[in-house]
Amino acid sequence: MTAPTSQDHPQRDHLVSALVRDEPRVLTRITSLFGRRGYNIRSLSVGSTEHPGVSRMTFVVTGDRGVVEQAMRQLEKLHDVIKIIDHSLEKYVDRELVLVKVAITPESRVEVRQIAEDFRARIVDVGRHALTFEVTGDEGKITAFIEQMRSFGILETMRTGRIALTRGSNADIPSHVYHGGETETLRPAVEGIEPREERARGVPNLF
Amino acid sequence: MTQQDMTGAKALWATLVRHGISTVFGYPGGAIMPVYDALTFYPEVRHVLARHEQGAIHAAEGWAKATGEIGVCLATSGPGATNLVTGLADAMMDSVPLLAITGNVARHLMGTDAFQEADITGITLPITKHNYVVRDVEELPQVIAEAIRIARSGRPGPVLVDIPKDIQLAPYHGEITAPHARPEAPAPAPEATERARELLRGAKKPVILVGGGSLDAAAEITALARAWDIPVITTLMGLGAFPASDPLWLGMPGMHGSVAANRAISEADVLLGIGLRFDDRVTGRVSGFAPNAAIIHVELDAAEIGKIVRTHVPVRGDARVAARLLTEGAQKLDLPEWKAQIGEWKSRTRQPDHWGAAHAVQAVVGRLGPDDILSSDVGQHQMLAAQLARFERPRRWINSGGLGTMGFGFPAAIGAGMAEPGVRSVVIAGDGGFQMTAQELATLKMYDIRNVKICIINNSYLGMVRQWQEMFHERRYSEVWLGDSNPDFLKLADAYDVPGYRASSAEELPAAIDAWLADPRSSLLEVVVPHEHAVFPMVPAGAALNEMIEAEPPRAPRKEAKDA
Repeated sequence: MTAPTSQDHPQRDHLVSALVRDEPRVLTRITSLFGRRGYNIRSLSVGSTEHPGVSRMTFVVTGDRGVVEQAMRQLEKLHDVIKIIDHSLEKYVDRELVLVKVAITPESRVEVRQIAEDFRARIVDVGRHALTFEVTGDEGKITAFIEQMRSFGILETMRTGRIALTRGSNADIPSHVYHGGETETLRPAVEGIEPREERARGVPNLF
Repeated sequence: MTQQDMTGAKALWATLVRHGISTVFGYPGGAIMPVYDALTFYPEVRHVLARHEQGAIHAAEGWAKATGEIGVCLATSGPGATNLVTGLADAMMDSVPLLAITGNVARHLMGTDAFQEADITGITLPITKHNYVVRDVEELPQVIAEAIRIARSGRPGPVLVDIPKDIQLAPYHGEITAPHARPEAPAPAPEATERARELLRGAKKPVILVGGGSLDAAAEITALARAWDIPVITTLMGLGAFPASDPLWLGMPGMHGSVAANRAISEADVLLGIGLRFDDRVTGRVSGFAPNAAIIHVELDAAEIGKIVRTHVPVRGDARVAARLLTEGAQKLDLPEWKAQIGEWKSRTRQPDHWGAAHAVQAVVGRLGPDDILSSDVGQHQMLAAQLARFERPRRWINSGGLGTMGFGFPAAIGAGMAEPGVRSVVIAGDGGFQMTAQELATLKMYDIRNVKICIINNSYLGMVRQWQEMFHERRYSEVWLGDSNPDFLKLADAYDVPGYRASSAEELPAAIDAWLADPRSSLLEVVVPHEHAVFPMVPAGAALNEMIEAEPPRAPRKEAKDA
């Protein structure tokens, strides 16, 4: 990206959700947009929502503020995207589920279980030479757990990618949502989803 | 037609007719035959049979660029569909409203690598504004209506609808979807226009930079510029959005822009950009672009604001509305020094003095009237035409800007000529690009199109590539010589029953142009020019606009390739 903002802002992770139409190729459409514009997705999770025909994607994009805003504006243009939520501007809860298979020996077994307990990690599989844990939590907790386990020998991990929801407790706080003027009048409304008031950042109060 | 007779294919045509589509450009094939069969029931639609799907889609683009209305093209599955790819990418880059309809194999064959099957929606995902596979015949008219709406609304672009053959044949029982109302373009925020006005009021060296998104706001932009008395620069895509005869016009910016345009941008303290995306051919090195200017960017597409250049005042909205708002409360700026400086830069414009491509292009474009449509292919002749032609109104200049598609010009001129049969549709092409779609001479003949005037500037080279090899590759001319293998263009035209004329010198040229233009039929003029002329001014790739090379430097002796 040649966005001039890149000198001003550090690279960091941004947590963004998109409500998208649940139609063939939507996932490809979105990931291909990321790919061809050169935005790196660190994690991506997709699932259905309470609305039939609407899926929710949560992704973590790495970059400076300018890169992320550009990515969101490009996403917003896609016909399949109903709305985009930048969680960094809201209070939100986020979770990630990770399966971690840790090597154990008769000597380490107890210690590994003890640490897992401290992290509220559940044992989901017990083998003679390995224990598999399920951990959910925010990214910090999961990273800390994996760090703790590293010395025992991590055999395999699988992370779902982060998911996030705006906190219900800040319903009165205006949501920062990208939603183009064009699309609002164009797209048939999805029942139950009200496009929220558009507000753009970086160039505040001018759109 | 009774309800029982209605099929998906007929529903498609009925929907297109309902949307006012009068002409489609296309080429039949196995997987779209039901659509072609149904066409025989809709005599109100004119189908133009191109000789290659690329010709069909560029013609549809030419139609759209000349009229501002949607262009429609049709192709079969597989190779027919993939032949549309270049045109779709071209339309995407230049924001051309376009509907491409492709046939596909029957649904039960999709995904089996069936004969002439291609995943065209997958292939065209990144180069369409949106695309569809119709999987239920009852949805077909709605999909077409929605596709047209998406192609035309906001920043326009191409939409592809892929229709499996069994859907084309399936009985259809529903209604024919009426056109969607064109959505109201969003009006810019009052705070934004107020801040923009403030900047303009305090400007000492202002310029207005107008792009292809401004073509339908030409009247408003002209009023704006005159009200404030601010000089105007039009990009390659924006030529015609401001009258060239107005003393405020400075020409085109960028790689082959005018001295005045590039110097003015480099010196400006306030730059008002309207309907443009700051393409790298416009900006040169971004860090050196308008380094002293506060930039106001009027743009409908939010994703373009701040994408390339730092924007101080973003004005999101319709160019027409924004220009009107910015004209309100305008006061003529009294900036004699700025005007004098600009006058000095403008005086550096040199008319081509020696025989060559520039001279030839000047002679041709000098003969155009304000209503004539000028198309160009891609290359040196394109840049020369953009530099030398004087457009008084928008949608008279048709070329491939963003994608730089060789082969675009001639079929686009056919499309534009068919859209406006009463208007002369002139195309300037090079000997290289013309041969990429030369088969469309047959289309001229088949429909007896009489207003297309083809001018081939023949320097026997891929001239622009040669120019780069000359400047940046020590004159190692690698694979750019066409001279030994070019056809006799007049014989080629004659083979298609198109009359041809030729000029090889400055002396022969005026009479040849006269005869070429006076011919009541579409005709071809070949102008044979010296091999090695380059286009100047030029900003080398990666350089800033103020590092422009104004005139051709003395030629260094040719260095032989090391392995020679």
